[in-house]
Amino acid sequence: MSNLKALKLTKKQLTVSNKRDKIARRAEKEIIAGQIVNLGIGIPTLILKYLNWEKRVQIHSENGILGMKSHCSRETADRNLIDAGGGYIDLVAGASFFDSSLSFALVRGGRLDIAFLGALEISTRGDLANWMIPGKYTPGIGGGMELAQKARRLIITTLHTNRRGRPKILESCNLPLTAKACVDMIITELAVIDVVDDQLQLVEIAEEATLEEIVEKTDAPLMVPDGVLPRF
Amino acid sequence: MNKVTNISDAISTIKDGQTIMVGGFGVPGTPFMLIEALLQHGARHLTLIKNEANEPHLGVSKLIEAGRVDRLITSHLGLNTTVLGMMNDKKIEVEFNPQGILVERIRCGGAGLIGFISDIGIDTVLSKNKQIITLNGQKGTVESALRADVAMIHAAVGDDIGNLVYEKSARNFNPAMATAADTVIAEVESIIDTGSLDPDAIHTPGAFVDRVVEIRKLRDEYGILEHHVFT
Repeated sequence: MSNLKALKLTKKQLTVSNKRDKIARRAEKEIIAGQIVNLGIGIPTLILKYLNWEKRVQIHSENGILGMKSHCSRETADRNLIDAGGGYIDLVAGASFFDSSLSFALVRGGRLDIAFLGALEISTRGDLANWMIPGKYTPGIGGGMELAQKARRLIITTLHTNRRGRPKILESCNLPLTAKACVDMIITELAVIDVVDDQLQLVEIAEEATLEEIVEKTDAPLMVPDGVLPRF
Repeated sequence: MNKVTNISDAISTIKDGQTIMVGGFGVPGTPFMLIEALLQHGARHLTLIKNEANEPHLGVSKLIEAGRVDRLITSHLGLNTTVLGMMNDKKIEVEFNPQGILVERIRCGGAGLIGFISDIGIDTVLSKNKQIITLNGQKGTVESALRADVAMIHAAVGDDIGNLVYEKSARNFNPAMATAADTVIAEVESIIDTGSLDPDAIHTPGAFVDRVVEIRKLRDEYGILEHHVFT
């Protein structure tokens, strides 16, 4: 286990917007050249802002697009061209359109390399809850279950705690699940955590964070490897 | 056979209590003109099958808000707090499906199949009340095929035998729904001479389409939604 004192740095305060950008910037580094990637609503969509297009990544949108680029301006908005969140978009060279059936064949059939999604709760073994709060928030699942269950790699990009400051990473989820044991990596404004063999393994610590803070804000056992962890 | 007709004839056969599939994912591909005509037509106690319920006061939301819809089979209502409120007040019954399962149930219905087996949602509340079977060592829920009495489709271009071409992200649920109803009504932005569409480029062959209506003037609803312009 690491020496806690060695990890203590002066704490800088990030605004919520800074935190979201920090998460998106870090998440972008997980994308490998040529991959097929789906970005959920919220922080995942922010990844577009930081995407290095030299990687020739193709962004999938559930409504039947491969090769979306970014949200576009009013001047270039096309009434027939939106992403799954409803925003007007433009395309990269080589983009294609298809129907909803083929769109989910791509997902379920194993051709989606990474899905980035948000979370309400994540458990030690990688269970994800992100689609409903019974009695409060029940908008339906959309494509989320298929993305969570079938993407070759599922990366959760989320603030470390919820609006009430409570941990989102828990020993087990309380809310209805999106999918069991589906999460491969969690990226928050404080930490990068791998889910390996039903355990959470801390792999990177934010410049602004301390190990104590991460442990305090995580309501699940966290494996901390020996030595100095990389900062991000 | 010339399938081109006027809008009131096209929807005149719709009856109370029928199941109606409506294409579209957001504004693109939503047949606003047919929806408006159905609203005027007055059919009630409908079951609607649509990916989402558009947004408040737009598209199928108008039918739902007018109390014409008893049941909605859908995947996501996140952009429609009005319909969510009606669901919570039990003014409308809503059945949620994972989006790809919804379209696959429709595709299945259109392909003359009874259903299929999928492991999506197997470990979740969505598998409750579904039959679970094991095939080739894999556990899955039985998903039934969906068909409708009427499908309402939007396409960019069509001809008088019902061949259709969709545009960009307006394709979405339209091709599957065009196969899965007893009567398929397509509104098209323009009708072109039969034979002028490249056979290789036709998305829905005319065999699936019963009636074609030309949209003479695009209503405002087909335009850009300012609140979805993000930059």
